[in-house]
Parts: sequence; structure tokens; C-alpha cells
Amino acid sequence: MQNAFEIIGSYVFTFVVIGAFALGVIRRGRRLADRVDDEHKYWT
Amino acid sequence: MRPHTLRPDTLTATTPAPDTDPNTRRGTGTRATRIIGVLTLIMLGWLVAFGLGFSPADRDQAEAVRIMYVHVPTVWVAYVALAVMAVCSAIYLFGRQHSLGFDRFAGASAEIAAVFMAITLVTGMLWGSITWGVYWQWDARLTSFALLLVSTIGYLAVRGLGGTHQQRAKRSAIVGMLIVLEIPLVHWSVRLWRSLHQDASVLDPNGDVSIDGLMLFSLFVGVVAFSLLYVWLLLHRARAAAMADLVDDVGLDQAIAARRAEGTTLAGGGAT
Repeated sequence: MQNAFEIIGSYVFTFVVIGAFALGVIRRGRRLADRVDDEHKYWT
Repeated sequence: MRPHTLRPDTLTATTPAPDTDPNTRRGTGTRATRIIGVLTLIMLGWLVAFGLGFSPADRDQAEAVRIMYVHVPTVWVAYVALAVMAVCSAIYLFGRQHSLGFDRFAGASAEIAAVFMAITLVTGMLWGSITWGVYWQWDARLTSFALLLVSTIGYLAVRGLGGTHQQRAKRSAIVGMLIVLEIPLVHWSVRLWRSLHQDASVLDPNGDVSIDGLMLFSLFVGVVAFSLLYVWLLLHRARAAAMADLVDDVGLDQAIAARRAEGTTLAGGGAT
């Protein structure tokens, strides 16, 4: 594949950034969930 | 209004520890988010398969067209996320209840939009390096889009300025509704000014679809995958924001109570 660095790099960059963001959101949610009673979690 | 409670303050010998409490372990997830999450992973797998494998090389762009399958869907999601931010901001500002829930959804959506815009810029630069021979040009589309990203980051900074939740919501709603006005400028920049950036490829100005079937399907897979991902991220991020607001409120309540108790003690000491 020509220009493999740019093409595969764009996919790798996309998934790494989204993965890191998603992981941060989930970890923050779990950390906060430890501090809040279930009655205040409208989704439960 | 129910009093705010935080788990660490209410922990006793009979209260299960956070790590063993199944409800606490749930975090911001629900059955619906888990289903959306699984579907997102499946669609992202399809995107990689079609984008890097099954889809053919383009006549003009050759293999570089494969970058379009992440570049175009991410900018699509970024625009949608900014539109959601604006709509939620308007509902908060003009609604009778001034519900903070809409403000949290607006903030969560803007955060996701910023991430997707950053990805769009970087993947666009990688595509530009192949097609144009340079990573960056001060072109109308690129510059206006970079300005949109900076504006969104500014919106997020405005949200963090402090004050009460209502103050935060009011000022950020105004900024949010102004930012979204930049989107038409970004979109039409390729027509308004002479631009290196190509015009619409999927739908030409006459409304005809001018793209190969398998390429169009790969783009469609990307749009569906990233749209599902956006919904999944939005739900989790807005729920985390709701809990963060609650934790802030309780922290403030406790600080005020501590200062009052301190004042009472001092007043009692002065009287004797």
C-alpha cells in the first residue's frame, strides 16, 4: 500500500485518541459513582 | 428537594464498601449504553475492514482515499455534536425551567465535538501531505475549521470559569449558540473563497451521488460507527457531569456548614 504511514497512521491516531477519551470518561464516571448515592443517579 | 448525600460521608460498618456494591460498580453504564457500545465496536471493526481492505483505491486519490472514511465521518459527528450543543443551550436559556440537565448535555456534546474536530484536523493534515504535498495550508476551509475548534475549546474554558451551576449554564449557553453560527461559514468556505480543499464529493451541487458504491458504503459504515460512538460518549459524559455537579454542591454545603460551625464556636468563646 502506497503512503501506508499516513493512511494507517490516521486510523491509529483516531482510535488511540477516541479510546483514551472514552477511557477517561468511564474512569471519571466510576470514580464519581463511588461518591454519589444511587438515588441521585437518574439512569439507575 | 432532597438533601444531597455523598457515599463516603455515609459509609458505616453496615454500608458495603464501594468496590463490593454492585450498584456503585455500575458507574455511568446501563443496559442501553452497553448495547450501543457493543454495536459501536462491531461497526468500528467493519470500518477498518472496509476502509483499509475491501474498498477500492480511487482513480485520482489512489490509496489516500482510505483516510476519507475516518475524516468525513468524524467531521459529520463534530457538526452534529455542535448542533446538539446549540439546541441544548437554547432549550436551557429559553426554557421555563432552566434545566441544568440540558446544560450538562451541551457541555458533554461540546467536549466530544472538540475531540472529533481534533481528529478531523489531524487526519486531514495526513491526507493533505499525500495529496497536496504539505501538512498545512492557510486555506479558507482549514483555517475556518481550526477557528471553530479554537472557539469550541474557548467554550469549554468558559464552562470552567467558576460561579454557580446556573451562572455557568447561562454564560456558556450564550457562547455555545454563537459558536454554532460558524458551521455554515466553515461548510461554505470552499465556495465563498478560492480553496485548495475539495468541494462535496458524495452529493454534488445538483444533488447527484458521484461516488463508487463500495466507497459510499464504507463512508456510510464510518458515519454509523462514529454516530453510535457519539451517542455512547454523550450519555456517559453527561451522567458523569451530573454526578460532578452533585459532588460540587455537597462540597459547598459542607464548607458553608463548617464555616457556620466555626463562627458559632468563636461567638460562644467570645461571650464567656
